[in-house]
Amino acid sequence: MIGFLQNLADALSLGSLYALAALGVGLLFGILRLVNFAHGDFISIGAYALIVPSFEVTAQLFIGTWNWSLMIPAVTLIVVIVALISDALVFRPLRRANAPTLMIASFAVSYVIQNGILMVYGARPKAANLWSGLDAPILLGDLRIPLLQVVTIGVTLALMALLTLFLKRTPYGVMMRAAAEDFRMAQYLGVRGNFVIGLAFAISGILATAVSLLYLSQTGTLGPTMGVPLALFAFVATVIGGMGSLLGAVVGGFLVGFIVIMLQAYLPEDLRVFRDAFAFTFVILILLFRPSGIVPTRAFIERV
Amino acid sequence: MTDELHVLPPGIEQPQASELVARNIFVQFQGLTAIADVSLKVERHEVFGLIGPNGAGKTTLVNCLTGFQRPTSGSVVLGGEDTTGWSSVKFRQQGVARTFQAGRLFRDMTVAENVEVTALGLGMSRRAGHQHAMAMLEWVGLADRADSIAGTLPYTDERRVGIARALVLSPAFVLLDEPAAGMSDAECDDLMHTIAAIPRTFTCGVLLIEHNMGVIMGVCNRIHVLDGGRTIAEGLPSDIQRDQAVISAYLGMEG
Repeated sequence: MIGFLQNLADALSLGSLYALAALGVGLLFGILRLVNFAHGDFISIGAYALIVPSFEVTAQLFIGTWNWSLMIPAVTLIVVIVALISDALVFRPLRRANAPTLMIASFAVSYVIQNGILMVYGARPKAANLWSGLDAPILLGDLRIPLLQVVTIGVTLALMALLTLFLKRTPYGVMMRAAAEDFRMAQYLGVRGNFVIGLAFAISGILATAVSLLYLSQTGTLGPTMGVPLALFAFVATVIGGMGSLLGAVVGGFLVGFIVIMLQAYLPEDLRVFRDAFAFTFVILILLFRPSGIVPTRAFIERV
Repeated sequence: MTDELHVLPPGIEQPQASELVARNIFVQFQGLTAIADVSLKVERHEVFGLIGPNGAGKTTLVNCLTGFQRPTSGSVVLGGEDTTGWSSVKFRQQGVARTFQAGRLFRDMTVAENVEVTALGLGMSRRAGHQHAMAMLEWVGLADRADSIAGTLPYTDERRVGIARALVLSPAFVLLDEPAAGMSDAECDDLMHTIAAIPRTFTCGVLLIEHNMGVIMGVCNRIHVLDGGRTIAEGLPSDIQRDQAVISAYLGMEG
């Protein structure tokens, strides 16, 4: 029983990261029909922004040494700027392009960022120690939950609540939801398209930053492609959650986290190396029974 | 009530244009003529009917009058100003609003939010936008559905939300594309009252496309008849009912 609860905490914490990443992907897909493969690289940027540019194996924290109240806004700002620049330089000229073209453009952005990191920081993975104090466990009876997992889940819930408030209560949120459902109609009714898209990129950058910081404190390792697997699972999460639905992205994220952790824990030892193959089999099964995802959106079904 | 419908944020005024004019409009799609030499004029105080058999070019003409379709030749003039090169957004900002046959509501948002989006897009605060939207919804008789998700409304109510949305921020002209389609006789009566009240409540001219002759004859001050992309008649409802060309166009289609 304790073992299962321990696994459940792991699943919630990993699911949180996937859910946050999936929200970032889902937001842009909703508004632009952009499947943003560069989202993983936004996550990498957030982690690399903390350290001094060098080819050393041990990373020297730079912004990472600042007090968190200064460090978090600084890193967030850097990632948001990168996200806005990629919109301005790459996606804005492609506003009238179809979804596959946008997706291929996002591959290009992804490679440019990865190679930019290679040029400045080198190819070798680096060790970095962020917020080591969070390793301390919290004891709940026999259950030992690392403080970091609690923080991860807490931050995720808080960001989701903030995003929900933003979308439901603020004028920009209402305009963003309108644009996500029917971009042309929203524009016709006076919603400024480029502004709303820029806002979506900025929020996507904020969510990516949260993932980078939480993920880096967990793993303690930086690599030029560190965000890629996270983004991959985030895509899977948005697909099984229901493309275009933010609630679906969150549900999908937690579900993928749950599947991965439970397979890791309960598969026979010999089969554990094939964990991801089993995980994706589950994904295929879910899609066989719910082809438009767990939380299908009205707007998207109508258009297909 | 009427005051609330006209509350506009500072800096936004109701457009002054007194007439919306189509001058010798031609529209060709790859050599196929959809509209040929159509001219008409809608004024602020009237409900102007646009009728004709299916494929007569009514929606194409409305698309021209709202910036969704560029005429091949001819021009659209709003209050004396030539609109050549205007986008649909510009038309909306300058006071020409429209509804769509398909409704095109934001189906995952609430009814109130659907109406509010236009107010927000034009710079109102959330609170002012919501008040304005609620006043509009009350006016079309849907205040009690304000918090429903738009996708759950019956089609006939969707049409009313579309009208409320088009009337946000007091446009000078509103073009309604088949608002009565699929409505029962009782619903048509309600709708006729609503449409007939638009010019005097909002000082807003109405161009009405409709197949339901009862609605057209009941509310229109003047009627323009298209057939095969050409004007075949224009005049008072009583004249149109007796017009030989109109009768044969409709009988020709039905027989």
